[in-house]
Amino acid sequence: MKLLKLVRDDTNIDFLKWRVWAFAISLVLMAASVGLVATKGLNFGVDFIGGQMIRATFTQSATAPVTELRETVGSLGYGDPTIQRFGAENQVSIRMKLPEGADKNPELANAMAVKITNKLKADHPDVRIDGVDSVSGKVSEELFGKGVLALLAAMAGVSIYIWFRFEWQFGVGAIWSLVHDVTLTFGLFSLTGWEFDLNIIAALLTIIGYSLNDTVVIYDRIRENLMKFRKMEMASLLNLSVNETLSRTVMTSVSISLPLIVLVLFGPDVIFGFSMAMAFGIVVGTYSSIYQAAPILIWLKVGSHSFVPTDEGTGSKAERIGADFGAQP
Amino acid sequence: MLDFPRWRVWMLNTLIIVGVAFAIPSLLPTAMRAQLAQFVPTPTINLGLDLAGGSHILLEADTSQLAEARLEALEDSVRTALRRANPQIVIADVSRSEGELSFNVTDMSKVDAAREVILPLISNTMGTRDWDIGVNNGNRIVLSPVSSGDETALDQAMDTAKDVIDRRINALGTLEPTIIRQGENRIVVQVPGLEDPEALKALIGKTAKLEFKLVDEQADPDQTAQGKARVGSQVLPYPDNPTGLPYIAVRRLGGISGDKLVKADPTFDPQTNEPAVTIQFDSEGGQKFARMTQQNVNKLFAIVLDGQVISAPQIREPIFGGVSQISGSFTTESANALSISLRSGALPVDLTIVEERSVGPDLGADSIRRGVLAAVIGTTAILVLMFLVYGRFGMYANAALVINVLMILGVMSFANATLTLPGIAGFVLTIGAAVDANVLINERIREELKRGRRVVQAIEFGYKEASRAIFDANSTNVIAAVLLFIFGSGPIRGFAVVLMIGIVTSVFTAVTITRMWVSLWVKRTRPTELTI
Repeated sequence: MKLLKLVRDDTNIDFLKWRVWAFAISLVLMAASVGLVATKGLNFGVDFIGGQMIRATFTQSATAPVTELRETVGSLGYGDPTIQRFGAENQVSIRMKLPEGADKNPELANAMAVKITNKLKADHPDVRIDGVDSVSGKVSEELFGKGVLALLAAMAGVSIYIWFRFEWQFGVGAIWSLVHDVTLTFGLFSLTGWEFDLNIIAALLTIIGYSLNDTVVIYDRIRENLMKFRKMEMASLLNLSVNETLSRTVMTSVSISLPLIVLVLFGPDVIFGFSMAMAFGIVVGTYSSIYQAAPILIWLKVGSHSFVPTDEGTGSKAERIGADFGAQP
Repeated sequence: MLDFPRWRVWMLNTLIIVGVAFAIPSLLPTAMRAQLAQFVPTPTINLGLDLAGGSHILLEADTSQLAEARLEALEDSVRTALRRANPQIVIADVSRSEGELSFNVTDMSKVDAAREVILPLISNTMGTRDWDIGVNNGNRIVLSPVSSGDETALDQAMDTAKDVIDRRINALGTLEPTIIRQGENRIVVQVPGLEDPEALKALIGKTAKLEFKLVDEQADPDQTAQGKARVGSQVLPYPDNPTGLPYIAVRRLGGISGDKLVKADPTFDPQTNEPAVTIQFDSEGGQKFARMTQQNVNKLFAIVLDGQVISAPQIREPIFGGVSQISGSFTTESANALSISLRSGALPVDLTIVEERSVGPDLGADSIRRGVLAAVIGTTAILVLMFLVYGRFGMYANAALVINVLMILGVMSFANATLTLPGIAGFVLTIGAAVDANVLINERIREELKRGRRVVQAIEFGYKEASRAIFDANSTNVIAAVLLFIFGSGPIRGFAVVLMIGIVTSVFTAVTITRMWVSLWVKRTRPTELTI
């Protein structure tokens, strides 16, 4: 049986040739993302800023009457709503700030939800209320704080691990590419105005996990080649490593993209942003492993000397690892 | 490396069978599961509310109010104990401030006696004290709270509150609530499948503290209107006051609390035919109630619910037997809700809803249907691709992947874990990692073959060399998962749990199990050529 080959055996692409350009473009995109988040901001869900969100589907309509809703809900005296379509055209989320004093007296938040849903039902007989979320300011601050803390802790933790298993330059490279991926995802959410809630944090964590996995695989090959080809120039060695692992990179990213593409196309509407974030993350994560994590090693002056046994004769970390796993010298 | 002794094959097969067996109940339709449950235990995965629909309510206790209530209770018991002491000990200038209770013992010589009376009140069963006692200026006794006392009190109050909520929700019927304490002063209530949580919220948010107090009939209405009361009285809100003034003054002492009830039922007032609630005290409460009504015939008494007067009828005659009726402006629903709340007891502490999420069952069902569809299509696509690219070895990887999915479900069922949307993200990541492990191995075998190694050696090297990257990649995921579990909140933890389970099963299936199959195949056929 003839097997399918996604990457030809003799592939030898000079990836590292474009490293300066790639890095420059990445820096520009990252700066743009930071700028966007700073000026336009993120469209935070009630998870992170508190408030109330009502999700509704207009079952008999092709599109949800967003402009009309903005007016009718706005006229109820609770301030201006943030109304957004999500998923299908006839689904909306209506977000409101909690009424004054709702922290002390949840009845007020309740009354608001009842009033809005009643108004919707009265004006639109085909409306189906899909859910109501009410999060107080205190809880949303906690969720936000804990989310950020978890994200930072995870990023720092894995980078330290890589520092221990490889060399410090690899740790820096890993955390840099994670920062790169996370920043660009933030930028995407700011640009598109997709709602940013707790589920997106989970998606970000998946992106981090995937990107790191990719980085580790390439780093592992770089380490192996550094010990194998002690005289090779660094840029060629990185190119060799990336090319050697290329068919794996392509195969894995294609495999993971498949269910994500299906999820974006056919998955539940509530997780549209979530699926998009992950799909985006796979692309960015794969790119960053090749164009961020690898070239950084050149600039941080990694060379075969990084894995040569030291004078104390303790042996380099990589060689000890090699011994642990029975790697061939 | 490729040598698998028979006992290892048996052990691994047993592990697979056990892991997969646990997944079976979760995959069966509900009706079949119920039948199966008659013969064997059927642990299942719970679907999170974001997938299954239902209500999630987070309640937070007001700790300052609890401290205040403890102080009030202490004052009550100290006053009663000193008044009943023989000879009576007179105190004056009682004050509660900054969490402390202090008062003067009028007769200097009785300070020690007072101390003796108070000591048992402030000691707990553990032999330590809940309050510190001190004496200032010779005759002023100061009782200040011990911090461990506050913590224990909060802990007990939260446990009681949890039980009370449980009883109240159960009174609503066939819901299957999950009620768990979270942190020091929070309780999470989750009710799957409940579309409209209004009734539930009305029920669990109410403290339902019932008191009967004597109305201060000498109070000056003008003063009351300004919220001022005479010494020994207090002003309470009374929205339905027939005089039109929404306040009423009541005496602080001489009332009784309504926490000793054996029954509370909705009923109709025989005179007005309006909804009302009948209550029945236990024998101790009944005696107190009889005594109070006997001593105060023709006076007004206020029925106070959660600090608000709901009605203030006249005591026409002493009420013996401990049965009484509470009327106010009730609707049938509110009378019903109040009787449930009263029956299940008062909450020992005020709870506020700080977070609430409800997902309609339609949306949940739709999410599951489309989620499952997407998962099936996506996984099938991976399986086809793996087969096309790696042939026989791709099939090994595929079988391992299917077992992996089943084992994750199995472990989650066994642990009774909850699958949420973020959990699905964790699922995607672990499946990705499992696929990647096999891709790494197979690509490495290809490479080694290309370098001219013989088949068996290439396979051996493929597994050995790929293991290092697989190990590092999975270790980083473990570290991330553990950190997320420690620092994250609810949904992020859901992600972390699936990730942790998934990493273990992925490495087990994608590396160990496929290696077993490959080595059995190598042993059987002694291949000299390999298409991969």
